[in-house]
Amino acid sequence: MAEHVVDTGRRKMLTVSTSVVGAVGTAVAIWPFISTMNPSARALAAGAPVEVDVSKLEPGQKIQVEWRRLPVWIVRRSEEMISSLSDTDARVRDPNSEIATMQPAFAQNQIRAIKPEILVLVGICTHLGCSPTFRPEIAPEDLGPDWRGGFYCPCHGSRFDLAGRVYKNNPAINNLEVPPYKYLSENVLVIGELPEEEGAA
Amino acid sequence: MKTIIKLICVTALLYSSSGFAAGGSSPLFHVNVDVDNRQSLQRGAKLFVNYCLSCHAASYSRYKRVATDLGISDKNMRENMIFTNQKLGDPMIVAMTEKDGKTWFGGAPPDLSVRARARGADWIYSFMKSFYLNEKATRGVDNKMLPGTSMPHVMWELQGWQDLNPDYGHDKGSNKGNHGEESKPPFILVESGQLSEEEYDKAMTDLVNFMVYLSEPAQLKRKTIGVGVLFFLAALGILAYFMKRDYWKDVH
Amino acid sequence: MSNKIMDVIQWVDSRLPVIEFWEAHLSKYYAPKNFNFWYFFGSLALFVLVIQIVTGIFLTMHYKPDAALAFASVEYIMRDVNWGWLIRYIHSTGASAFFVVVYLHMLRGLMYGSFKYPRELIWIFGMLIYLCLMAEAFMGYLLPWGQMSYWGAQVIVNLFGTIPWVGDDIALWVRGDFVVSDATLNRFFALHVIAVPIILLGLVVAHIAALHTVGSNNPDGVEIKKNKDANGIPLDGIPFHPYYTVKDVVGVVVFLFIFSLVVFFMPEMGGYFLEHANFEPANPLATPEHIAPVWYFTPFYTVLRAIPNPFGGFLAMGAAIVVLFFLPWIDRNPVKSIRYRCALYKVNLAVFIVAFIWLGYLGMQAVTPLYSQLALRLSEIYFLFFAVLWIYSSQRSVKFYIGWFLVFTAIITGYDLFRVNEEIADLTWKTWIIPVAYIFVTLVVAAFTNLDKDKSVPERVTA
Repeated sequence: MAEHVVDTGRRKMLTVSTSVVGAVGTAVAIWPFISTMNPSARALAAGAPVEVDVSKLEPGQKIQVEWRRLPVWIVRRSEEMISSLSDTDARVRDPNSEIATMQPAFAQNQIRAIKPEILVLVGICTHLGCSPTFRPEIAPEDLGPDWRGGFYCPCHGSRFDLAGRVYKNNPAINNLEVPPYKYLSENVLVIGELPEEEGAA
Repeated sequence: MKTIIKLICVTALLYSSSGFAAGGSSPLFHVNVDVDNRQSLQRGAKLFVNYCLSCHAASYSRYKRVATDLGISDKNMRENMIFTNQKLGDPMIVAMTEKDGKTWFGGAPPDLSVRARARGADWIYSFMKSFYLNEKATRGVDNKMLPGTSMPHVMWELQGWQDLNPDYGHDKGSNKGNHGEESKPPFILVESGQLSEEEYDKAMTDLVNFMVYLSEPAQLKRKTIGVGVLFFLAALGILAYFMKRDYWKDVH
Repeated sequence: MSNKIMDVIQWVDSRLPVIEFWEAHLSKYYAPKNFNFWYFFGSLALFVLVIQIVTGIFLTMHYKPDAALAFASVEYIMRDVNWGWLIRYIHSTGASAFFVVVYLHMLRGLMYGSFKYPRELIWIFGMLIYLCLMAEAFMGYLLPWGQMSYWGAQVIVNLFGTIPWVGDDIALWVRGDFVVSDATLNRFFALHVIAVPIILLGLVVAHIAALHTVGSNNPDGVEIKKNKDANGIPLDGIPFHPYYTVKDVVGVVVFLFIFSLVVFFMPEMGGYFLEHANFEPANPLATPEHIAPVWYFTPFYTVLRAIPNPFGGFLAMGAAIVVLFFLPWIDRNPVKSIRYRCALYKVNLAVFIVAFIWLGYLGMQAVTPLYSQLALRLSEIYFLFFAVLWIYSSQRSVKFYIGWFLVFTAIITGYDLFRVNEEIADLTWKTWIIPVAYIFVTLVVAAFTNLDKDKSVPERVTA
């Protein structure tokens, strides 16, 4: 064996190039396997934007729809409810919704909505993921005389006002999330899509 | 690229000798489908949603996927192909429940998603061309491919009505209509429909083509990817072979 | 290699003997230098096993072992899961590829006598692997829950029902229900994805460990360990790594090329790999007109159908597999390689291969009177292969040959007389000639000619 001289340079070149090409092929072959674990067409279809007609929603009424398996609340706020937000401004942690990840740009303000009367929120507490309850009444016994209506999380007692803004000194530190949504017409909104001018946001 | 694919497909055809195990008779007609013909697929899809989807579901398939694969815009799909209040991402199901199907047809119409793979293109094509008037049948119409079928001739407006040809099968040559010999057709048209015989054949080719696509949507890209994979493996094989030969110089 | 990497290897090696393992099984495992084409299939089988396990894991993430959901979940994989179609086709093609590779691997064993002393245990482990593969394939085939899945399982499970006294209870126990049902699907799933693969992996380790203990056979059937140099290295051996690793890489790439041809261009393989009727959901109330098992089971299925008595058929099928286990003791000729064996062995093996393929073909066809006679005759040849091998693989007198010829002829004729009736008389006696001619050539002709004379085996491997 090996009595003649071996051209080690050539052998090394062939070994390296075969290994590299083989490794590239393996890497490409692995991709489909990883990809199967991404959301399937079914999951994507289930998470597709949801259309909601709010024409029949009464002032003060809350409805819930499902978007990406999350509860999404839609509340028609009355004039008094909207004006209550100015009262709570001083008591909430982030009155102007400056933490950008919690809502689309159009909701980075006091009312946190496109149309002041229609509030759209993801109904998941930003503390540990429970779903808060809607408590529109003013100063109920259990929530105290300062309660101006809002959302109360039964798990750890986090309180949010009628724009989903979290009160100071609460377990939760972020405002409730506003999902991306836009209006298709006067009374039909679609949850899961941003208004055209904010498409890039 | 195309020729290579065709060549490989021809080889595949040579091997695909085993028959489709399914009820009913063996196909009377042969159809050439081409799932790369997008226009044909689109026409077929149109026929499918208009004529088939009212009773048969294709519940493993989603409207959205069909739209993407066939190059139909979302808007067009919504407006012209979806007749229920279903969403684009929904599976192509029908309003008719299994119970309705049993009452109306004596059995739920089968789901058509993978039908073309179970029966074969020729069978479905022949089935769609084999409805004929028969007074003894419950609906006054029967099908030569699946005698006693409860499916009505939904395409009658297009095809018209046909009778069995009494001379069929009596001429020399087999009743399958050998290629070389001019054998008598199995049916005679007794009442014309909106389409000529040729146009109807073409429409059914489109429909079957669509159903072949529907039975395996992945086939549209499968072959293209396959060609890439084969080229890659050929290159890797050549490198590996030279590497092996170099190492084995020690041995020989 | 940089020092840092060596340090890490040293650190590990002082705690786990990786270098020793590497040397014992690869870089200092000496394999005969004359492996030919047939020696690719062992490593290919291992490669396919890995493919099946990996694709299987990813299929399990999306598949639902529930009679109401199974069929739809397979179509879900084919359509909705990203690249699901590819993973599924690789798995379904891999099942058939596994059997192609394993059958060729076994044929290699028959050709070069790899089952003989001192490799009997390797053969036994190999046969157990083959049995596990059959179980794995059978149970896996139920999972798509199509018509073929359902009725195939129904028929095979009912085979257990033919066992006298306890058969019905056993069949009921296997199914967990009165027919194949959700309970059956659920347990077959568990066995397919966990139990059998674990046993399979254990057997593969045992198979390779036994091989590396005695060393590989080769196309000349010469023991390379008999001729060693001063350092104790076999003169005709070369280190498995790098020589056979680089060679097997070529084999794997060529295999993948053919494999990809099937996966991407003909995944149904004309109905042989994925049967058409299996695209119809299982319907316990309607049997498809024509049920055939998948191709790799068909030879044994034909043996089963060749015997009209159900339990007899079941026994015959079992015997057809069990007899292979005893091959190391049936073939008593110490000459291993077909290169140096008598002409009779070559003819005999060729007839055996033809009979096996033909049996497989018949298993896919509907039963006709002619085919059912042929099925019996070919089954007789299948078993006679082993019987005559036992006789001529050792030195025998003419009387011994003739005696056994008469015994076999009497058995064949006796069984024919027992089963014949007016309807099949003509075909029975016309096909009677097939097995009788076979034993006439392999026993009587061999007794009076040099057909059974072996050539001398060289000391060292050739080429």
